[in-house]
Amino acid sequence: MTTATTTGIERTAAHAAARTAPAPIPFTRLLRVELIKMFNTRAGFWLMASIAASALIATVCVIAFAPDSALNYDNFGAAIGIPMTLLLPVMAILSVTSEWSQRSGLTTFTLVPHRGRVIWAKMLVSMALGAVSIAVALAIGALGNLVGTAIAGVDPVWDIPASQMGYLVLANVLNLLIGFMLGVLIRNSPGAIVGFVVYGFVLPTLSMLLANFQHWWERAQPWLDFNYAQGQLYDGGLTGNDWAQLGVSGLIWLVIPLTVGLAMVMRSEVK
Amino acid sequence: MIEVTALTRTYGGLRAVDDVTFAAQPGRVTGFLGPNGAGKSTTMRVMVGLTPATSGTATVLGRKYADLPNPGREVGVLLDASAQHAGRTGRETLKVAARTMGLSMAKVDQMLETVSLTPKEAERRVKNYSLGMRQRLGIATALIGDPEVLILDEPANGLDPAGIRWMRDLLRGFANQGGTVLLSSHLLHEIEVIADDLVVIGNGKIVAQGTKAELLATAGTLVRSSAIGELARALAENGIHAVASGPHGLRAEADADQVGKVALAAGVPLTELRAADGAGLEEMFLELTAETSREGAAA
Repeated sequence: MTTATTTGIERTAAHAAARTAPAPIPFTRLLRVELIKMFNTRAGFWLMASIAASALIATVCVIAFAPDSALNYDNFGAAIGIPMTLLLPVMAILSVTSEWSQRSGLTTFTLVPHRGRVIWAKMLVSMALGAVSIAVALAIGALGNLVGTAIAGVDPVWDIPASQMGYLVLANVLNLLIGFMLGVLIRNSPGAIVGFVVYGFVLPTLSMLLANFQHWWERAQPWLDFNYAQGQLYDGGLTGNDWAQLGVSGLIWLVIPLTVGLAMVMRSEVK
Repeated sequence: MIEVTALTRTYGGLRAVDDVTFAAQPGRVTGFLGPNGAGKSTTMRVMVGLTPATSGTATVLGRKYADLPNPGREVGVLLDASAQHAGRTGRETLKVAARTMGLSMAKVDQMLETVSLTPKEAERRVKNYSLGMRQRLGIATALIGDPEVLILDEPANGLDPAGIRWMRDLLRGFANQGGTVLLSSHLLHEIEVIADDLVVIGNGKIVAQGTKAELLATAGTLVRSSAIGELARALAENGIHAVASGPHGLRAEADADQVGKVALAAGVPLTELRAADGAGLEEMFLELTAETSREGAAA
């Protein structure tokens, strides 16, 4: 032990005399590091494992239980896509909150003393994850569709038009951004995950109930309920009015809180 | 080289760091000493850009820390060994640091060996690490970039005696190779054995600084007696100023010969009589500690 120590240290400080300034850290490296950090923790591993497991179970269930008429691309895609849309935002949340909750930010922000760069890298990685994961879901869904219909002996039905795929990517990227936004706003892992459940499940239900009983909310809902406005993305064919509603509700429920959260992240101390 | 100039950091009305100025020189180990809550950690956090300074500056290698292009390659930092992701293995933690700095993965195994974490231990998650193992992992993270400067906050915490010895040798070797080491501690004796220079801080202010030799070479004589009250009176009658120092002890501002004569004339039996090396620093430190510690009365 002592020998290893001594040689290690002599080597470490040996060229202290003739040093050249190291090259700056490129942004692409930060993207790569932040992507790896999402997956190399216990939580990251199990989130990925549960996405894979639930996608597999869902696909098998569609093949086993769905009537032949329901063996279509839309259903296979959804079987894989839905677990992803529920679990991937949690990865976006944890990528931000763990720096505070696990206090690993102490090292992260010391190795890269420009918090904006790190947070920006996390946001881009989250968005890319949203885009890539939906592509993976669609690819595996296509495979499931081929295999499933072959087993059932029916013709595969390709009922997701190419134009619709763009909307699905956008919907999933927005979904990951919502997770990221809650992460920077709350900066505490359990708190942000609870926030995500409230944001994604409790509020839309309450909004729906309110719309059933109050006419004024029914009229305001498309403009003020972000979840409702996003629903159009899954159905496809957005009109100008739909885009405007998505923009207005997204401004209120995503852009403004994200801006506030980013400002707080830049100032909040990592203790 | 670390330079801190007129650094102040306030939290509301509290001046956590108050007009602190000092430098840590290359080739030397600088001990940053002070009781808990004296402002050591805050000063170090400002140094590495985690906490903004209210006023004043801190530079490392002549630059603001945030202006270093790849800080891990020039400055090794360990502020808190427990601040590591509990769900990541030791090896993954080190790999993340190495990747950020742009180092080859071969360095990771090399560094794990340097800090004596076995391959099996490196595969365990940090959650299952003892504080001593976390300190070793933290040291590995600080050293892996081959830095010129080390900034370590209480690195000996949680290490066993062999680990403390190891850490001491490691830091000595680093400084001997021309590196700058700044390490903090709240334990005087821990820092006395390793540091070349000392910076003592209390309530956010620097109360003493200099080489260890300067600070320890306090003038005066340490004297102990079972009849300390009588001795104190006798010294006072002879016009020798003396202050209490430890149990049954006094530090007298006179040489040993003079104090011995007074004791003999007064017929007071002595149990110890010697030059008061370091006693002044210890008194000052105890005084500092007494103000903040819960055992204040005992000191």
